[in-house]
Amino acid sequence: MRVALFVTCVNDTLYPRTGRAVVTLLERLGVEVDFPAAQSCCGQPQYNTGYRHQAEPLVRRYAAAFRGYDYVVTPSGSCAAMVRDNYPRIGARAAAEGRGRELTEAAESAVPKTYELTEFLVDVLRVTDVGAYFPHTVTYHPTCHGLRLLGLRDRPRRLLAAVRGLKLVELPGAEECCGFGGTFAVKNAAVSAAMGADKARHIAATGAETVCTVDNSCRLHIGGTLARRGSPVRPVHLAEILASTEGDIW
Amino acid sequence: MPPRAAFPRAAAAAVGDARLRANLRHATHTIRAKRAAAVAELPDWELLRAAGAAIKDRTLRHLDHYLPRLEEAVTAAGGRVHWAADAAEANRIVVDLVRATGETEVVKVKSMATQEIGLNAALAREGITAYETDLAELIVQLGDDLPSHILVPAIHRNRGEIRDIFARRMGDWGRPAPEGLGDTPAELAEAARLHLREKFLTAKVGVSGANFMVAETGTMVVVESEGNGRMCLTLPETLISVVGVEKVVPTWRDLEVFLQLLPRSSTAERMNPYTSTWTGTTDGDGPHVFHLVLLDNGRTDALADTVGRQALRCIRCSACLNVCPVYERAGGHAYGSAYPGPIGAILTPQLRGTGTPLDASLPYASSLCGACYEVCPVAIDIPEVLVHLRERVVQGGQVTLRGTRTVIKPARGHAAERAALRAAAWAFDHPGVLRAGQRLAARTLRLHPRRLPGPGRAWSDSRALPEVPAESFRDWWLRTRGERDSHEQP
Ligand code: SF4
Repeated sequence: MRVALFVTCVNDTLYPRTGRAVVTLLERLGVEVDFPAAQSCCGQPQYNTGYRHQAEPLVRRYAAAFRGYDYVVTPSGSCAAMVRDNYPRIGARAAAEGRGRELTEAAESAVPKTYELTEFLVDVLRVTDVGAYFPHTVTYHPTCHGLRLLGLRDRPRRLLAAVRGLKLVELPGAEECCGFGGTFAVKNAAVSAAMGADKARHIAATGAETVCTVDNSCRLHIGGTLARRGSPVRPVHLAEILASTEGDIW
Repeated sequence: MPPRAAFPRAAAAAVGDARLRANLRHATHTIRAKRAAAVAELPDWELLRAAGAAIKDRTLRHLDHYLPRLEEAVTAAGGRVHWAADAAEANRIVVDLVRATGETEVVKVKSMATQEIGLNAALAREGITAYETDLAELIVQLGDDLPSHILVPAIHRNRGEIRDIFARRMGDWGRPAPEGLGDTPAELAEAARLHLREKFLTAKVGVSGANFMVAETGTMVVVESEGNGRMCLTLPETLISVVGVEKVVPTWRDLEVFLQLLPRSSTAERMNPYTSTWTGTTDGDGPHVFHLVLLDNGRTDALADTVGRQALRCIRCSACLNVCPVYERAGGHAYGSAYPGPIGAILTPQLRGTGTPLDASLPYASSLCGACYEVCPVAIDIPEVLVHLRERVVQGGQVTLRGTRTVIKPARGHAAERAALRAAAWAFDHPGVLRAGQRLAARTLRLHPRRLPGPGRAWSDSRALPEVPAESFRDWWLRTRGERDSHEQP
């Protein structure tokens, strides 16, 4: 099977290890991975801040970059949700504004083949034990868009539970937003920081060495909050845990 | 109304108030768990929710049919209907109606619509005193305070604070608090009961809102927990109800759906303790005179917006407030409106427009976590409307104002942001440029500051910055497997 990796702009620039982990993991599972270089950002920062028109070229770019693939896999719950929930809206609005159906068709063509990593593993490849080894205590923070927009449910936990050496501990208030929210983190900095502080406190209370997410933008906020508070807890993306094996500990 | 600081400033002040945060946290977390349990009891909750949304949508689309039917039915039952285009007109109507009775005091049932239009202040300007009779509203009124929650207006107060307010102020408004009042719920409730009973037994005029209006029979419906509302609805000689036009439902069968959705979502009860219905007037029972003031105040303008109109489905259950992480920290006052929390963030800028800094900041008072949408019993996609209203704030565009299509300009103060996001979108659409930027950032690693200047400070004050890796994913791919499928585009 051949799939295209949509690495996302945040991962490309700030967390390349996550992208490399996805490649390592998928190849280990016998999947051939392509990286179409024409890809870029999904347009979420623009769209969510109110600049819908600025997101349109990025919708077109996404559709063009991944044309010809049956599966696009991305290690980001919020970027997958952007494509699945908001691309059709952007297309429909453009059509309603009298700009034809070209964008609508581009937007809709992207939707059915875009999978968040854990969906792809569990629903398409039908694996939960990916042969990973990660000898640490881990707590899992389900990011809002993965949880509520994509409905990832227990997929990430099932994948984590099958990792050898890993001890999974419950996170109190797990389903509460960490306070990132894109430009919200800057526009409403005080509230965002208060939410982040509560999240960091809950993470510390678990005694875990590692906090795991499926979205590196939340990890950026959580990790930055933990680091500023001098916490030793290490934030990682789920892909990095799943890529880790006895022979190759990440 | 309090000074209208934009949301971020008002919220930052609230975040610093430890007692407020503790009160809110305790109250919202308690009700959250109860709501979830009450909802989980019904196997057909999702169907009920879809039915509620569908009934509201259909009724709203045909308001021009159902409102005249309601008017006919109310009139036939002996009531009188008044139409108010905005807050000023509604207040004038109520003031005139009270004046015509010759009374200078009214008792009030808790009502969002009268708060929205500032009725108490309008009455006070004309020498008429309005007594709030809902326990939480009473606490707010005695404390010269503002409501901070749809259902529990005094949620920001704890028992100790309430005791102090009662002891200090009850005497100014009527029967004083008993000597040596303690802060147990029973003592506080008893003090309120004695204080309010006097009002119920003497008042000649009652003012209320309604949760629903049934078009087929012209019936108003109020659901409540205390029974104080029922006293106000039945004891006075004249009853004036001020109700938003969106509260109409076609039939009693439709009402049945909402009487299931509302209590579970709002107080986590299977059924609310008091459901009062009144239809016009009846000889020898209840008020002799009944007036219904139908309030528009921006509602039909909101209806003209295909995305925003779903906010009019709201049945004011307050479930979205109770799960909102932003409301929990910022408190209700930061929203500067009778409607706080997620629903306030989408309703207020539609009813009032986005012209003031406060109203323009409300659509940004959310991290878009989606918890509000998940619990909303009429499935209002609040995040979708928030993003839609953000677009209105930063790009302007077509809106309907007082029934006329108008083009509004973008709000001021977003020019730098607009330029930055436009530049980012351009760079993202030119991967070559993006790569050059990534490489530059990696090469200048040593120069990265630990704290950002300008608006970025808001990030780095409480969060460390990540290290920029030496090699982007794109470059790693090119270096290790560059031959395959990575034709660089300009
Ligand atoms: S928006 Fe929905 S959840 Fe919020 S108060 Fe209205 S009906 Fe309840």
